[in-house]
Formats: sequence, C-alpha cells, structure tokens
Amino acid sequence: MMGLLKQLRDSISRATDKLFSGSKPKRIGIYGPPNAGKTTLANRIARDWTGDIVGTESKVPHETRRARRKENIEIERDGKIVTIDIVDTPGVTTKIDYREFLDFGMSKKDAIRRSREATEGVAEAMHWLREDIDGVIYVLDSTQDPFTQVNTMLIGIIESRKLPVLIFANKIDLKKSDPTLIEQSFPQHKTVPLSALEGENMDEVYDKIADYFG
Amino acid sequence: MIKMQKLKHKTGIQIDLISSQKMDELTTMEKIRMILDGVRSDKIVILETGLSPDEESKLIEVTMSEINPDGFTGIEIETHLPSTPSGSAFINKLMGRRTPSKLTVIGPANRIETLHKDEKLITTFISQS
Repeated sequence: MMGLLKQLRDSISRATDKLFSGSKPKRIGIYGPPNAGKTTLANRIARDWTGDIVGTESKVPHETRRARRKENIEIERDGKIVTIDIVDTPGVTTKIDYREFLDFGMSKKDAIRRSREATEGVAEAMHWLREDIDGVIYVLDSTQDPFTQVNTMLIGIIESRKLPVLIFANKIDLKKSDPTLIEQSFPQHKTVPLSALEGENMDEVYDKIADYFG
Repeated sequence: MIKMQKLKHKTGIQIDLISSQKMDELTTMEKIRMILDGVRSDKIVILETGLSPDEESKLIEVTMSEINPDGFTGIEIETHLPSTPSGSAFINKLMGRRTPSKLTVIGPANRIETLHKDEKLITTFISQS
C-alpha cells in the first residue's frame, strides 16, 4: 500500500515538474561515423527508460539511412527527471561506393539502392545538425583510430554551433578497445567509455547525459 | 591550343592550389562548386586557408547529393591545422588577426587515400586513374 502511494506521489510530482518546467525536451543528436554503434546506443537508452527501441542494428554500414527520433525519454538521476528526445542519425562520411555493400552479399540493385538512401541520410544528418539539434552525443568505435578527417570536421562543426557535446567511446567490451586514444584526440571534450551492446558503464553515461543536457 | 594537346598525351595528376585571396572573393556555394567541379574532373584541389565549419558541413551535404553509382563516389579530404602556442589564439583575436589557415587537400575518393595522419604529418597516396 505504501509502495503504491509512493508511486502515485512520484508520478504526480513528475507530471507537475513537466507541466511547470515550461521547457521543451532538448533534442540530443547521436552522431558519429558509420558503424560506431549509434543505433545500439539509441536502442539501449530507449530500452532502459521506455522499454521500446529506436531502430534496427546491423554490422553492414549505413543500416540507419533516415534520422529517427524517440521523444520524451525520462532519465532519472538523483531523484530528478531529465527529459530528452534522442535523434539517431545516419553515420556521416564524405564518400559512399555501392560496391562496398556487395561484399556483404547484397545484389547490385540492392547495393545501389542502399548507397542512394545512405547519401540522402548523410545529407539529412547534416541538415539536422545545422537546424534542429540542442546537444550532441558523438559516438566513436574505441577499437578504431579516432583521428580521422570526418571526426575532426564534425567535432569542429558541432563546436562552431556552440552545442554541448559528450564523446562516447563505444565498444569497450572488445579486446582492441582503447578509449584513452579518443580522450587524447579530443581533450577539449568529456569522453565516457562504454559498451552500448553489453550495457557496460551505463550509470556514468546517464549521469553525464543528465549533467550536460538536463 | 598546342599546349592543351601536349597535356592530353601526358598522364599525370593535375593539382590546383587555391590561394586564400581567391577564396575570400567567393561565396560559400561558389567555393563548394569550384572544389567539386575540380574533384569531379579528377583534380586534386589544395586550399591555402581551408573552409569554415559551416562551409565544410555544406560541402558534405552537396557532395552526398552528387554521388552516383558507377560515377562519382565522393571526396577524400584532409586538413592540416598548424598547432598554435597556448594563448596565441586569444592574442590573435585581440590583435584582429585572422584565425590560422588550415591547409586542406581534397580529391576524388577513389583516387586519394590517407596513409598516415597525426598533428604533425599527413601522408597521402594519390593513384592515377
């Protein structure tokens, strides 16, 4: 009975907080190069706080070819609720060759369609960044060299727009992972190591999301 | 005309080095058009001062819209930002000096490959078509 009362009190307090906060949830874009684990992270966050998922995960690059938004994700930290919308965006690159997809057993027709959709997706991701994003989670695969032109350019674009940014060094469950390399490459930003797939270090992930975007 | 014919028989890579003065005269779309027209004609374009973050963002967007199967597959871009002693950025601003130039190399994605990159050295391999 006491538990039920507490739950009722909490949900009323949450509803009034939301009603009187007067601010819309911030739109947090999940950005990064292809195959960094952006959708896996978006799904992990959505599943942890809403029980739902955002999109399909795949080892084939450019699985996400449209920006997908999950609204009103309420993250609870230290008794406070932080409400955000997350936008899972297609991986950003400066080149796409359909022949890369043939290596994954796709037919030429499917590979061409995928590359065409992927180019539209990258353009859409850039457009979101310029117009509709309030903060950025930049996801990097910590088994890969982070010092690439696309990463440097995108971080520069995000900084020029004065958006708050957190760098997530993903895939720390893999042997080759080296999150310190990411830290050293972008020392001006906070780097959080994690495995979105295995759910490692998610407490720190949510602490930092609440700190930066709350 | 004779020079053009002679060049036709030569195999090699054309490199266009664009000065900061030339870049200053152009609008964002003119810069992007000049870069992509050059790269799509198989040239390597070197910018003395590079692009602003907003221009880089638009360059990615326009590049994506021009990619087509069995044709243009995109661009490879490398930028070298000279390291500045700490505090010099603030002093430059105070003195009204321009931000340090970032030498930028742009080429067709299927012709140019970065072999090594760190703060002090970029090694790029350019193949002939």
